[in-house]
Amino acid sequence: MNGLDILALSASALVGLGIYGLLAARHLLRRVLAFNLVGSGLFLWFGAAGARGGVGVDPIPQALIITGIVVALAASALGVALVVAHARLSGPTLPEEAPCDPEPDNRA
Amino acid sequence: MMALAFDVVLAALLILAALAAVAGRGLFRAVIFFIVYGVLVALAWARLGAVDVALAEAAIGAGLTGVLLLAAHGRLRREGLEADPGAGGQGFAAIGGAGVALALGWAWFALPEPATATRAALDSALPDAGVGNPVTAVLLNFRSFDTLLESIVLLAALVALWMLARDGAWGERLGLPQHARPGGVLASFGRVLPPLGLLFGAFLVWSGADDNGGAFQGGTVLAASLLLAMMAGLYLPPRIGERLWQSALVLGPVVFIACGLVGALVWGGFLVLPPAYAKGVILAIETGLTISIAATLALLVIGPPEQAHNSGGAA
Repeated sequence: MNGLDILALSASALVGLGIYGLLAARHLLRRVLAFNLVGSGLFLWFGAAGARGGVGVDPIPQALIITGIVVALAASALGVALVVAHARLSGPTLPEEAPCDPEPDNRA
Repeated sequence: MMALAFDVVLAALLILAALAAVAGRGLFRAVIFFIVYGVLVALAWARLGAVDVALAEAAIGAGLTGVLLLAAHGRLRREGLEADPGAGGQGFAAIGGAGVALALGWAWFALPEPATATRAALDSALPDAGVGNPVTAVLLNFRSFDTLLESIVLLAALVALWMLARDGAWGERLGLPQHARPGGVLASFGRVLPPLGLLFGAFLVWSGADDNGGAFQGGTVLAASLLLAMMAGLYLPPRIGERLWQSALVLGPVVFIACGLVGALVWGGFLVLPPAYAKGVILAIETGLTISIAATLALLVIGPPEQAHNSGGAA
């Protein structure tokens, strides 16, 4: 197992973690975050696959990934704005749940 | 051996940071770990030798996305909505996540041998591309249609974001009013960093022709400088209707399409670049794109106008 295999396998794990977060997280902001993990894990996997030739990452995947990173930011900005707008409309209860016991304030 | 140890440590840190961002306690901490994760991913790209992607990831993935998430957290806190109810349906989600991870891991070892033909074709075409950086050549010459559409997607995202503004806020300045303590860290950084960012951003665009960098990386650094000046209260965010900003937003796509049409009329195809003119045309497109990317990304992160007069309360 070489370094590239290790990076590709950890990229697979990152996508898996992102999918887990997307399905399990109740707070919408954390889902946006998990969605970003899926994206960056896939980019890393794709980049590692493009690096198997032994002469660095193929420029074509690199260009596609740069495009993807910028589009991911645009999508996240829209997603985050939707989360905030939704929160303002729905008030202090979260969308799909009755109020759960809130966790201790994390600002401390 | 050392290189392998580096990879193992990097992989472990990546997974730990991602785990803390997805499943750790507290939303604020999750956002901070996500920013750490972005920096680590940039490091992984540098390790792969993809410096252009590493620059984009550090500037966008860690930098701008981090600002975006932190700002959203602040807005939710003002609404009293930052409490994280934790996770639900964990068993189902864990099975789904593990299944996808295992499938990707299996797919990695099942991949066919890399094709070398496309790489050879790219290398032989590169002298005619007008630029020496193969990534820039792919983005702005060989696959420039993708990049043109992407620049329009960014605009569409911004328009969609503005659709979320409330009626009363439509004519107001974008985002929330920013308060920076005079003489504080933000106010000082807001004065010191933007000029440096301007210089570095312009350098990245210029250098992207033959070396590492490019319009996206340079534009992102410029966007970050703009954001910093806005957050420090030194430069007020624009209103939606301001002509200068509207022109900056569409400049890149307009120049891009104009160059494409010249290609269609003179050089035999939409976005065709003859080698003799390629460098000049690419530089023109890159300059326009950089300005548009900087303006679009900064306004995407600032968010829709929110400073309604009648909101009262928290503002």
